[in-house]
Amino acid sequence: MIKAKEISKVFGNNTVLKNISTTINTGEVVAVIGPSGSGKSTFLRCLNLLEEPTSGEIYLNDKKITDKKVDKLVVRKNIGMVFQHFHLFPHMTVLDNVTYAPQKVKGLSKSEAQKIAKELLAKVGLTDKENAYPNRLSGGQKQRVAIARALAMEPEIMLFDEPTSALDPEMVKEVLDVMKDLAGTGMTMVIVTHEMNFAKEVADRVLFLDDGVLLEEGDPKEFFKQPKTERARDFLDKVL
Amino acid sequence: MNLDFSQIVPYTPFMLKGIWATLEFVIFSIIIGLVLGTLLALCKITKVSFLKWIANAYTSIFRGTPLILQLMIIYYAIPQLTGYDIPIFLSAVLTFGLNSAAYVSEIIRAGIMAVDKGQMEAAEALGVPYRPMMLNIILPQAIKNILPALLNEFITLTKESAIVSTIGYLDLMRRAQIVGADIYRNFEPLLLAGAIYWIMVFILTKIGQAIERRLRQGD
Ligand SMILES: Nc1ncnc2c1ncn2[C@@H]1O[C@H](COP(=O)(O)OP(=O)(O)OP(=O)(O)O)[C@@H](O)[C@H]1O
Ligand SMILES: [Mg+2]
Repeated sequence: MIKAKEISKVFGNNTVLKNISTTINTGEVVAVIGPSGSGKSTFLRCLNLLEEPTSGEIYLNDKKITDKKVDKLVVRKNIGMVFQHFHLFPHMTVLDNVTYAPQKVKGLSKSEAQKIAKELLAKVGLTDKENAYPNRLSGGQKQRVAIARALAMEPEIMLFDEPTSALDPEMVKEVLDVMKDLAGTGMTMVIVTHEMNFAKEVADRVLFLDDGVLLEEGDPKEFFKQPKTERARDFLDKVL
Repeated sequence: MNLDFSQIVPYTPFMLKGIWATLEFVIFSIIIGLVLGTLLALCKITKVSFLKWIANAYTSIFRGTPLILQLMIIYYAIPQLTGYDIPIFLSAVLTFGLNSAAYVSEIIRAGIMAVDKGQMEAAEALGVPYRPMMLNIILPQAIKNILPALLNEFITLTKESAIVSTIGYLDLMRRAQIVGADIYRNFEPLLLAGAIYWIMVFILTKIGQAIERRLRQGD
């Protein structure tokens, strides 16, 4: 469970997040949507402390992780993140990408890490690419490796920042399918996405951010059928 | 045309020894430059503003003043201030090493900064601590940007090294001048020295291209 309590984020004199409070329960899949620049990425990055909230608190399983004394690295061990542009390590093979952090951060032996990695690569359908370097993979394959890399740390929560936005259309499905499977396993997931159908189908809850404000929050079926705010209606009209 | 190379034939062994004299001090300078330059680069990328300030000031001074002036200061000022009669070789190595460190630190810093910011974020998001992140993720990628530029710096150093002839170090350049004075002909020995410098730089350039090609194969 991860809880944001009145978090705000200011860059210079630009207030990007304004008093956002929400709780993501264990096993819940939450989709974050909203116009470009509304603060979706910033919100997500606050959750694993890649950005430090200017004010407010974040709790991971009732532990206040925005506390100065908390080791950010320990927090991040438990929160996986998948980026729009993959950010695979280009000088490592697929297998090394997936086994690196479990060895370095969790102290697993090479064989332990490889065992986990191979299971995950099989799950995302990339067993035959183990020894390939990232530059030999398609975008969809890269993103599936990135998902496996994050999962190899056995996190409690997975954050996705527009995981399919940089992909050619024909590769979107293979990545969404992997995410759907993951949601089916009971993983807690927060997904920033422009894939409205995916959000409708897979998410348990939708957060609608607009200009740094959490404007609406609720059941996807209701939200997409009947948004409460004018802003959300406008937004949905544009993207659907 | 009034060229006569026959006269310098007896002097060629003397001149060729200058190759080693030049290379010897360039190699020592490079080692100092690399070690100190790496330390300075690390200071530049830390968040400790005091270290950053020192490293930047150092770089600014050594890049902002003529090399020949730095050489003169070390060669003349050190004995005057400390009473220590610094040997020519040591002044030369010190000057070029300290000077080169300023350039090397910039090369390394720029090479590290050129690595995609997403790499650091990906490592941070996985909980990888700073040291292994630098050593295993950032530096291996930065090397690709750094190595070719470093080789360029070494080529520059080899050429600029001729300045040490001004304090009497018996490098290739100085030897050409001595031969010139001996046989009352300057053009031929200078031409020979020029050819030798060119060959040295040519070989270094070829090595650099080979390294660059190998690095690019990894992409
Ligand atoms: N590191 C930063 N420094 C300064 N401003 C930033 C920084 N990161 C984000 N911003 C600003 O914060 C605002 C929100 O950015 P954010 O990336 O969170 O939006 P987003 O909803 O993810 O948009 P998009 O859909 O385009 O990805 C933008 O105006 C952006 O310019
Ligand atoms: Mg974004």
